[in-house]
Amino acid sequence: MDVQAIMIGSGALAGVGAISAVVLAIASRVFKVDEDPRIEAINEILPGANCGGCGFPGCSGFAKAIVEGMADPTGCAPGGNDLAKKIAVILGVEVQEKARMVARVRCSGTSEHCANRFVYEGVASCKGASLLSEGGIKSCPYGCDGLGDCVAVCPFDAIHMGPNQIPVVDLDKCTACGKCVDACPKGVIALEAHAGQVVLHCHTHLAAKDVRKICSIGCISCKACIRACPYDALSWDVDLPVFDYEKCQSCGLCIDACKPGCIQTFKEIDLAVKAKATEALEAKKAEEAAKREAARAAAQARAAAAAAAAAEKPN
Amino acid sequence: MGIAGYLALIVWAVFVNNFVLSQFLGICPFMGVSKKVESAVGMAAAVLFVITMASIITFLLYNALLVPWNLQYLQTILFILVIAALVQFVEMVIKKVSPTLFAALGIFLPLITTNCAVLGAALLAIKKEFNFMETLVFGMASAAGFGLVLILFAAIRERLALNVATPKAMKGMPIALITASILSLAFLGFSGMVRM
Repeated sequence: MDVQAIMIGSGALAGVGAISAVVLAIASRVFKVDEDPRIEAINEILPGANCGGCGFPGCSGFAKAIVEGMADPTGCAPGGNDLAKKIAVILGVEVQEKARMVARVRCSGTSEHCANRFVYEGVASCKGASLLSEGGIKSCPYGCDGLGDCVAVCPFDAIHMGPNQIPVVDLDKCTACGKCVDACPKGVIALEAHAGQVVLHCHTHLAAKDVRKICSIGCISCKACIRACPYDALSWDVDLPVFDYEKCQSCGLCIDACKPGCIQTFKEIDLAVKAKATEALEAKKAEEAAKREAARAAAQARAAAAAAAAAEKPN
Repeated sequence: MGIAGYLALIVWAVFVNNFVLSQFLGICPFMGVSKKVESAVGMAAAVLFVITMASIITFLLYNALLVPWNLQYLQTILFILVIAALVQFVEMVIKKVSPTLFAALGIFLPLITTNCAVLGAALLAIKKEFNFMETLVFGMASAAGFGLVLILFAAIRERLALNVATPKAMKGMPIALITASILSLAFLGFSGMVRM
């Protein structure tokens, strides 16, 4: 074996490599790009989950966008208000506190309530099922198919499949990053205020008569919940009731009023709050009745006055 | 080789023996950076620069180092080393000089490191036993051919993206691959025009 040839060969290669290394080292000094030190500082305090909930490619992309003024310091849902305050200190700006949000599974139609349209034995993914057949497995096109795309996508282990194949969100772990919202092909999950305890577990946009046919726990647009609320916390938006959690006292009267039972609560209803609310509702009803009475009396008086005026007028 | 010879070399490298469509070198950036004409132009410029520089450096290294020491068998690994270092260098320069171009090229700039078109240009020039000027002209012409096809293809893809008649299953990459093959067939028409 020619040792000399090996020496020359490896020597030549090592020499060229060393020269390239020196040139690159010099170039990295000469062409150094100074980055804003705040980007690094913000990047360090971000959660580092790279969930993408802020809409930027990972936490470092978000840090860069904040410093460049492209993103709001409150944009990181997992970090919450504490993080926003820390970022504000680094940037030297004030931030407004943001209400904490949480992912809500807006369907409670298990297969007992809302029948499957067919026996699905395909790939265990909601997306797969909805690609295979438009509208998914459930007879309701807005219903949860229960194959757990949201469970699989959650980076915080905050959503689990419940016993009846409807996912359940862990309210403490959920950071409202919105990954499950994007993952659900039927738009069942949405971000809502964390403060809300009484929640509408349905988001069907079908007409009431169609809902009655296919689902025993879907909203039938009866609006009984709105009439039952003593605090005006519920309003009607196109085809579903909407909660205003600044007004809602979690009294649970709407739960009792809801005939299909799609309004539910996460906690036990406080009976004292409920009793107070019942009183308030009765007072409100009495007030409304009095108003109606007064309005009727006024209308009658007006009619009588008009009739009297007509009689007096000479022909 | 006279002027006519160089002209023939350019035509041969750009059209007859086009890197992408006849030799199938550098397919990765061809498919990857051809969504927008703007970034395709940037990529073409980067490749033109890298191939030209790589041709010069590899030619000098081959004739000044490898041939005198009888180390021709080292050419592949040595060229890969030099090209990798060169691309790193170009990346640093672009990052400093034009951050916009740097952001537009994204991952594909470091990928020139492993772009077989660069290595192909260097190795082909040696296989054909070109002299220095011929190597330089061949490198530039090959890169120009690559850039020409890349920009052509990007323009076609930009229009294809707006075409609603494309079936859903064919949208994006499938139709791009078919377009590339048709483009390749078109370039087959140049074959035999110039012999090198």
